[in-house]
Amino acid sequence: MSTLHTVNKSPFERNSLDTCLSLAGSGSSVLLIEDGVAGALKNTAASQSISDAMSKGVKFAVLGEDLSARGLPAERVIDGISVVDYSGFVQLAADHDNVQSWL
Amino acid sequence: MSVTKKFVYINRKAPYGTVYALESLEVVLIGAAFEQEVQLVFVDDGVYQLTKGQSTQGIGMKNFSKTYAALGDYDVNQIYVDEQSLKDRGLTMDDLQELTYEDEDDDWAEKSSMQLVNREQLAALIGDADVLLNF
Repeated sequence: MSTLHTVNKSPFERNSLDTCLSLAGSGSSVLLIEDGVAGALKNTAASQSISDAMSKGVKFAVLGEDLSARGLPAERVIDGISVVDYSGFVQLAADHDNVQSWL
Repeated sequence: MSVTKKFVYINRKAPYGTVYALESLEVVLIGAAFEQEVQLVFVDDGVYQLTKGQSTQGIGMKNFSKTYAALGDYDVNQIYVDEQSLKDRGLTMDDLQELTYEDEDDDWAEKSSMQLVNREQLAALIGDADVLLNF
């Protein structure tokens, strides 16, 4: 069974991403949306925990529309996080058995 | 006889995910009509409110980031950005829009409204406030 985890809270304000990453295993994916996209940038206080999860086999994606809205450039996203659009979001949901939303 | 008070608005939330940022901006603009001394502080995720190049077409929400540029015209020209908050988020002042005002005491020269502050300076700002408003 594969799970898509969505995180919509900033990692600098809530612990949603931390809890998500502690529970997301190899084969699952994490999609950062809304204020959660703040965690996708390089050189932040959250980058290390994302890199650590990546090396454990967790896949990452970030919603491009939410990056653009916040003026966060897609080219500064951590290497290995794919930038997806809304159809990509739908595709990810369809590709996994279940969706866990860390609200 | 009116007394001028120092109003400090503390902005700690990212825009769009919640309504705090927009509400704060609206309160500041309304409050500006009362000719009080106003200082805006952007700390924690509040620093995301000032990023350059916001484009909200994709999320179907109003892009209110351009409104910050109008603050100078309302005599809101003391804008403080917390250095540590930028650093924690991989941002620098170059990622933020440049907010300016025209100084009436200096032949309307255009000057920056933005100041980068450390925690000590921020603590002093909060300590000196007559009224604190948090968003």
